[in-house]
Parts: sequence; structure tokens; C-alpha cells
Amino acid sequence: MSDWRPSASQERLAARAALMQQVRHFFHTRGVMEVETPLLCQGTVPDSGIEIFSVPMQDADSPDRYLQTSPEFAMKRLLASGSGDIFQVAKAFRQEEKGRYHNPEFTLLEWYRVGWDHVALMSEVAGLVGDALGCDGWQIWPYRALFIEILGVDPLAEDVDATRLLDVAHAKLGSVPDGLDRDALLDILMSHCIEPAIRDWGIVFVTDFPLSQAALARTIEVANTAVAARFECYVAGRELANGYWEQSDPVALATQLDAENERRRQRGLPERPIDERLLAAQRQGFPDCAGVALGIDRLLAMQASADSLTEVISFDWSRA
Amino acid sequence: MANFSTNEFKPGLKVMLDSEPCSILENEFVKPGKGQAFNRVKLRNLKSGRVWERTFKSGDTLEGADVMDIDLEYSYTDGEFWYFMDPASYEQYGADRDAVGESEKWLKEQERYEITLYNGSPLAVTPPNFIELEITETDPGLKGDTAQGGSKPATLATGAVVRVPLFITEGEVIRIDTRTGEYVSRASKS
Repeated sequence: MSDWRPSASQERLAARAALMQQVRHFFHTRGVMEVETPLLCQGTVPDSGIEIFSVPMQDADSPDRYLQTSPEFAMKRLLASGSGDIFQVAKAFRQEEKGRYHNPEFTLLEWYRVGWDHVALMSEVAGLVGDALGCDGWQIWPYRALFIEILGVDPLAEDVDATRLLDVAHAKLGSVPDGLDRDALLDILMSHCIEPAIRDWGIVFVTDFPLSQAALARTIEVANTAVAARFECYVAGRELANGYWEQSDPVALATQLDAENERRRQRGLPERPIDERLLAAQRQGFPDCAGVALGIDRLLAMQASADSLTEVISFDWSRA
Repeated sequence: MANFSTNEFKPGLKVMLDSEPCSILENEFVKPGKGQAFNRVKLRNLKSGRVWERTFKSGDTLEGADVMDIDLEYSYTDGEFWYFMDPASYEQYGADRDAVGESEKWLKEQERYEITLYNGSPLAVTPPNFIELEITETDPGLKGDTAQGGSKPATLATGAVVRVPLFITEGEVIRIDTRTGEYVSRASKS
């Protein structure tokens, strides 16, 4: 049995240690406090695209707990309680996400900046990522402009319906899986056409997402169109970070969480309970802030030009 | 046959796609942000040999293909079928021209071949990586050419033509790499 050995080399393990030091230094000098939040929680996310790990309790009367898919909800409860700027390096868990750039257990760097919007946060992300990868310069592309530039289709235009997007996908990809709704079609175009096309563009921020992909971001008006105040950071065509100008209106937030459950229903997935503690915290008062989650394993893989996350994780999923 | 989900797709898994038996070559998991997860899969169509690239929604399933590989001994051909025998059970399998394909030029009696069976019938014939065959025809080599490293065509007992060094003569048995069709060495004397 040789798989007792780490999947990462000593050199990569040392690079991870160095990056963690760099990250902590980065936030320490900026006055952002490090926090820890629970991994096994009573609440979880309703995202239709995220599969969760449920952990049954010995005591039959206690409901299952959930391994956190990100520390977002707990950190937002800290923000509501007056923590100010915070960051965390946390393990996150997503069932079924296994591949060259996915490990079901992975390391997230998540941070929140009180009083900032997503645009200010993008520049901080660019600084951190640029330091780690030794590159400077970055560009911002609204989701809409990127689709028009690369695919010649406007994803926010009212007449661009699922049928039209399916035509584009067919033309670009040949075969397309059956039963994709409009957002899933946008997703397949993003991952199969746009990501490869922006591979040599350096650090790219995609912003102003369609409202149907708002997640927990607030809505803003850009050129008379309502969009989600969100960004995703891509490097070498791979998504590295996902940030929001956070929704602070508790009613809107509850609606957004319900909308995710509605999408789960439409996709034939079981609904998930809404995290009442998060809603209670938001009702009590949530500061204006922007937050972002960044995949540390991916950043390390990019730093090392590694072909898969396996090479930068001490023991990958198959050896854990 | 059982159904396999995208997360069970591993290289070598045999599945049915568009009613054709295929072997999975690669399976890449892709997932944008918080969106829909997909699996980008490369498969080899075992009938045509063509490589297909398809995208599935993660969690989609394909039916397994009744495909297995067995080692059989080549016996003879009647011009329409090439017959292979299981040396243990003496059971015979007839492979048609499509199944034999390029391997025809490496078929030698009593040699063992890997036969891919689909629903019990031969779908493909794979020769061993190295095979020893007699030279039936080649020009005489010129003395003193050994060091030059030149080569000449030689026809083998199976009809295949390969390049051999000039010092090789008719009637000799040589070792060939069937994957490249290249001469390796003189056969070891047995």
C-alpha cells in the first residue's frame, strides 16, 4: 500500500505554508481580524448547484448536522454582531465535486470588508492574487459584455431565451445535454466557451451577473438594467474567487434563499431548510459590506502551474 | 447491464452511447461558480475507433456496455471470418473484417490475441505488442552495409511489409513492434 504517502510533494507543502503566512500577513497589516467558525452546523445553503454532506447524530432526537459548504453564514452572523472586518481560512465540503480542479474537501479563504462594495473588494482580491502569482494588472468584464465579445449573444436581452441559448450552445459545442434550463445553458457556455477563451487574459473579474444568478448579492442598476452586484475572479480561465456586495436587506435575502429552493424544486431536488439564525442575524441589523471566498488549493495549483489540485493537497480525496 | 453515473465514469469503463459501445478515455468535472455541474467526457467508439467528446450534466447516467476482453488463439481464416479459439474450452469465435481491421497483417497461427467481445461477438482484435514473423521476401543485403544503418523493405509471412536493416535475409525470423510496425531485432533462437 503506497497511498499512505502524501499526494503533494514536500516542495508544494512548503509553498502552502508560505502562502498561508503571506495571507495572514496581508490581512494583519490591513487590520482584518482572523476568525474561526464551526464546520458542523445546524443550517446549510439551499443552492441548487451544491451538494452537501449531512452527518447523522448519535442522539436520534437531534437532527442531522451539515458540513459547511463555506463559512459564509457563520461569518455573516459575526458581522451582524459587530465584528468589523474579518477573514478566515476554513475547510469547506461539497459532495460530488471531484475532478482535476475540485476536491470534495477543500480550503477556502473568505473575507468581509465593512463599508466596501464589490468594486473596492475586487481591487483587494487583485492585490492578493497578484502577490501570490507574481503578476500585476487585471481587467473587469461585465458578464454581459463578455458573452457578447466571445459568443455574440447578449445574456441579459429579453429576447434571448433558453431556445436561443440552446442554439448557441449547439453551434459551439455540437452536442448539449438534455433538460438544461436557461441558467444551466449560461453555465455550460461559461465553462465550455468563455473560460477557455479568457485563458490568456491574466486576472479577469467577471461582474454584474444576471439576477437569476444573484445568489446572496444585492441588486444594482447598470445601464438601466438590474444586475447582481457580484464578481468572479478568473485566472488562466479558471474560477478562483467569488465575491458579493452583500445583500443586507433581510426581506430580500429571504426571498433570494427561497428562490434557490424554488430552483431546487424545478430541478427535482429536495428543498433544504432555510438557516433561521442567519435570517435572525440579518433582521437584527447587517452592516453594508462586501465579501469574497477564494479557493486556496486552486491558487496554490496556479502558483505551481500544477495540473491538478492533488499536487497541492497533502492527502487528496482518494488518500484522505 | 447496470447504469453508471458520471461520478463513476473512469478510464476504461465501457458504456453505451447513441447505441454504440464506447470506452471512456477521460472524464473532466467542470462547474462554474455556483452553477450547474457538468462532466466533459472523452470516449472511444469501440466499433469505429473514433474519439467522441460529450458533455453530461453531473449525475446523468449511461448504460454499461456488455464488452469484455479475452485472450484467444488465432486459428485460420475462410476469407470472410477470422477464427479465434479459446485454448481452454476450444470455443471458437469468428471475427469479421471490421473487427480484425489493421490487425490482419499481424495474424499468426497459434499466437494469442486480445479479442474485445461485444454482446458475445468479436468487436476488435488487438495483437500482442511484439510479434515474431518470418521474412518471405527481401532483396539480398550488400556486404559491409551493417554499419551504415540503412534499411530495405521486407515482406513477412502475413503479407505485411516492414523496413528492416540491410543485413537481414530471407527466411530469417524477426521481432516487430505491432504498435508502430517497426523492426525491433532478430528473433531469439528457440
